Amino acid sequence: MSTSSSIGRVLPVGSSPPKAVSGSGIVLRPRLGLRASELTKLWRYRELLFFLALRDVKVRYKQTALGALWAVLQPFVMMIVLSTFFGRVIDINMEDKTSGIPYPIFLYAGLLPWMFFSATVTASTNSLVANANMLRKVYFPRLVVPVASAGAPLMDYAVSFAVMLGLMGWYHVVPTVQLLWLPLFVFVTIVAAMGVGIGLSGLTVSFRDFRYVVPFTLQVWFFVTPVIWPVTIVAEKYHWLLRLNPMGGTIEAIRACVLGTPIDWGAMGLSTGIAVLTLVMGLAYFNYAERRFADVV
Amino acid sequence: MSDVVIQVRDLGKKYRLGGQKRLDQTLPEAISEKFKGMLNWSGRSGWRIEKDQGNEFWALRHVNFDVRHGEAVGIIGRNGAGKSTLLKILSQITDPTEGHAVVDGRVASLLEVGTGFHPELTGRENVYLNGSILGMTRREIKTKFDEIVDFSGVERFLDTPIKRYSSGMIMRLAFSVAAHLEPEILVIDEVLAVGDAAFQKKCLGKMDEVAKQGRTVLFVSHNMSAVNRLCQRGILLVDGQVAAAGEIEEVTSRYYHDVNQGAQTPQIDLRECRSRHGDGELEVLSVELLNPYANNFAVSWDQPIRLKARIRVNKPVRDVTFAVGCRTLDYVTVFNVYSNNIHHTNRVDLSEPGERDVVVSIDHNLNAGFYNVVLGISSGQRVCYHNEMAAQLEVLDIGEQEYHDKRRGLIHCASQWSI
Repeated sequence: MSTSSSIGRVLPVGSSPPKAVSGSGIVLRPRLGLRASELTKLWRYRELLFFLALRDVKVRYKQTALGALWAVLQPFVMMIVLSTFFGRVIDINMEDKTSGIPYPIFLYAGLLPWMFFSATVTASTNSLVANANMLRKVYFPRLVVPVASAGAPLMDYAVSFAVMLGLMGWYHVVPTVQLLWLPLFVFVTIVAAMGVGIGLSGLTVSFRDFRYVVPFTLQVWFFVTPVIWPVTIVAEKYHWLLRLNPMGGTIEAIRACVLGTPIDWGAMGLSTGIAVLTLVMGLAYFNYAERRFADVV
Repeated sequence: MSDVVIQVRDLGKKYRLGGQKRLDQTLPEAISEKFKGMLNWSGRSGWRIEKDQGNEFWALRHVNFDVRHGEAVGIIGRNGAGKSTLLKILSQITDPTEGHAVVDGRVASLLEVGTGFHPELTGRENVYLNGSILGMTRREIKTKFDEIVDFSGVERFLDTPIKRYSSGMIMRLAFSVAAHLEPEILVIDEVLAVGDAAFQKKCLGKMDEVAKQGRTVLFVSHNMSAVNRLCQRGILLVDGQVAAAGEIEEVTSRYYHDVNQGAQTPQIDLRECRSRHGDGELEVLSVELLNPYANNFAVSWDQPIRLKARIRVNKPVRDVTFAVGCRTLDYVTVFNVYSNNIHHTNRVDLSEPGERDVVVSIDHNLNAGFYNVVLGISSGQRVCYHNEMAAQLEVLDIGEQEYHDKRRGLIHCASQWSI
């Protein structure tokens, strides 16, 4: 009996797998250490990933009068409130510091990716606990769950980006070819969000504390990331510090590519490196913790 | 190629007792406890690592067996014997603590009917979602979609969110998705056997069909007649270990005669029973089956059910009626019997506080299976005592007369024919 086409098959695990019955079976034994096979399994279960993300997207604004308009409304109102306060009260002179970009559009361009990041981190942190029922009853690579939770925030981002284009028209900011970099930068945002979210989702299974830690941390994080303020207000010699934040260089780069200002590739590179590092660590913890999810959740 | 498709060797699964408490603790507590546990200062040998012992529990230990291709194997044992843990390990939901199992082929387990169903999504969307959770590809679901919908009989409501479905419709839809999986190895938990009688019949029918198609089936159940009918081989688990394995009849009879003896008594203490309620004037202390089979709360199908209830009268109560009810495990009432008739001519007053026994003998015609015994005491319109699940009674297909095991339905009836 061949199992080569079956998607439920798992490669032998551990250093010396016991002799499989016919050389192609699933070997179930205590798991130790790291395995690279997790990512392969994720790929094999990409359809489940898709359906879970689709479920979140479909369910998100069910039975709301405004529907997907909420995706637009939230960042838009936030932009108005923040630009009223920071644009006027604190009076950051945007005209000088960001090459003539009006503050509302500067803010909105950074707010959207930040909200995408923060929603993804929150959703993936809670994802395993929210889907506990599935974890206890069916086998599938557990990694699918936190990863799929990026779907709905991504959809929100796409919808509210339409408003971004409208704002650009309003302020006569013409998109440039640089906009083509956007998918790449959004991907880096996903990597950063997953790096944080995957590890935290595993921790939340054992310690529900993180459900409360995360929203608070994200609020602080929001203010230390150049979302509402331009990096130019910080002294040049501390810039490297800002970029150790995986979202620091990324938000700047996304804003630059949308508004057509020069992209700081050094900053972007550093932030990307940190994001990838976080992801590797998150995956490592997830791998380690995964074997007891079904027993603990 | 060997035809052994499941090979289990020295499999063990350890759980920590008191796990609940540990999970609720906060991070700092967990960290400090971990350090405290790991490093204990002992004067002579210095820091040493202390192992957390004593509060461990082996749900499975040293389990060995093989299953060949096309076999239907029944896994039986009392509650807590490790059956579900074994199925969870074999379907990869949880990892074993020691030993290993080799499973050759795609495993689908029907312990998860309807897992991942989302109330806001439509029937159609849920079929796709649930199918992909169970490991079907999108193309597979697409080709079988009409079949699945036909089988479930909910085609008219396919584009309605399932939160508007009746629970029966959700069950049917969920089962039809699961039934259209085509795994090489099918794992079925008895959890499946809930729902109405028609649904149970459908499940068992599906089991028959699968077994006949030559697929490998693992079947966990308490329903011995179903296990006997569907399986060729059996594995008996007792306290996480294989106590017997072999021909199904041998294993099931061993289950009756040997393992259960003394484990479940025919007398049940109800003083702490959770399912009781009432005004406290009367209390049922215990219930006993006077004619048990193999010293269990089980009775042969051709014997009357003879129950003795020990009751305590706290306050005098007038005009008392005692009632015994019989329900299926899915709460269908099979019968109720009362100590008084409808005109209350058989009046009983309990004027003396104290303890006394109430004995009832019930001639029944129940078929083999499990039933919940309901106890009730009332006075006029007032409920003095009610216990929806005082005991679980098994009616056995073993008796002085031969049991007709092809018989379906809850009860059997005497019949005269002229042909």
